[in-house]
Amino acid sequence: MKARVTVTLKQGVLDPQGKAIEGGLKSLGIEGIGTVRQGKVFDIEVESADKAKAESVLRDACERLLANTVIENYRIELAE
Amino acid sequence: MKAAVITFPGSNRDGDVARALRQAGATVVSAWHADHDLPAGTDLAVLPGGFSYGDYLRCGAIASRAPIMDAVRAHAGRGGLVLGICNGFQILCESGLLPGVLMRNADLHFICRRQHLKVARADTAFTNRYHVGQVIDVCIAHGEGNYVCDEETLHELESEGRVAFRYCDAAGNVSRAANPNGSLNDIAGVFSEDLNVLGMMPHPENLIDDLVGGVDGRGLFESLAAA
Repeated sequence: MKARVTVTLKQGVLDPQGKAIEGGLKSLGIEGIGTVRQGKVFDIEVESADKAKAESVLRDACERLLANTVIENYRIELAE
Repeated sequence: MKAAVITFPGSNRDGDVARALRQAGATVVSAWHADHDLPAGTDLAVLPGGFSYGDYLRCGAIASRAPIMDAVRAHAGRGGLVLGICNGFQILCESGLLPGVLMRNADLHFICRRQHLKVARADTAFTNRYHVGQVIDVCIAHGEGNYVCDEETLHELESEGRVAFRYCDAAGNVSRAANPNGSLNDIAGVFSEDLNVLGMMPHPENLIDDLVGGVDGRGLFESLAAA
């Protein structure tokens, strides 16, 4: 089963990289950019075909390595 | 004092910290990230600077899950001493042995230069050869040294006296201007609750010989060697 895990910084955590990207977009003259926050995407092939099992494996992966829950949130999406 | 210096894939300051410890009189042995135990009789576990696992995912994240880290956690739990410098500090934060996290420097630059620090606490196994308020001249070399934690943790660190060093200028003024990376409260190093774990971004092991510009880093290793 294919899955996508998205890791983003929690609200309120300063994001110097996002700020720099925001500045870069604005200096390109791209109109209409508000604020930018950057994060990470992991595309993961999960062995289990069972959705609940796959989700629990991925949750464990997020809690133990993929995200630092002090500063980051994660979101798990499983392909239909 | 028997110190075990742990090498992770991508550590590159293990030799320097071993030299600094030996110079101070400690016995130094090597440990490997894939080991499940620290060498018998280890008093101090050292996580050196470098770029473990190429800083992939987050600095120190993958190294903090290495087999040796269970042994380091157990050692710290028994009250054993643990020192993490630079990438070692990042590994300690990722492993949960120290609170908070080291984020990208506020100005996004990798900063490699001399830096003054103010000693915030001198009654610990790591810092007793210094005095409170002493200004020491060491080095920094990092891209992710911006210490961040939640407000509650910051309050705990400050009220329990767990800040080890703060960034300052040559005159000892702690200020935003002397803070190279945006760290909260100008924090350059923090202790664990029991003061047996220290993580710090600067490199005291760089300044242990007049040949390379100074000896202000010696105090840390001499404190430890006598512990």
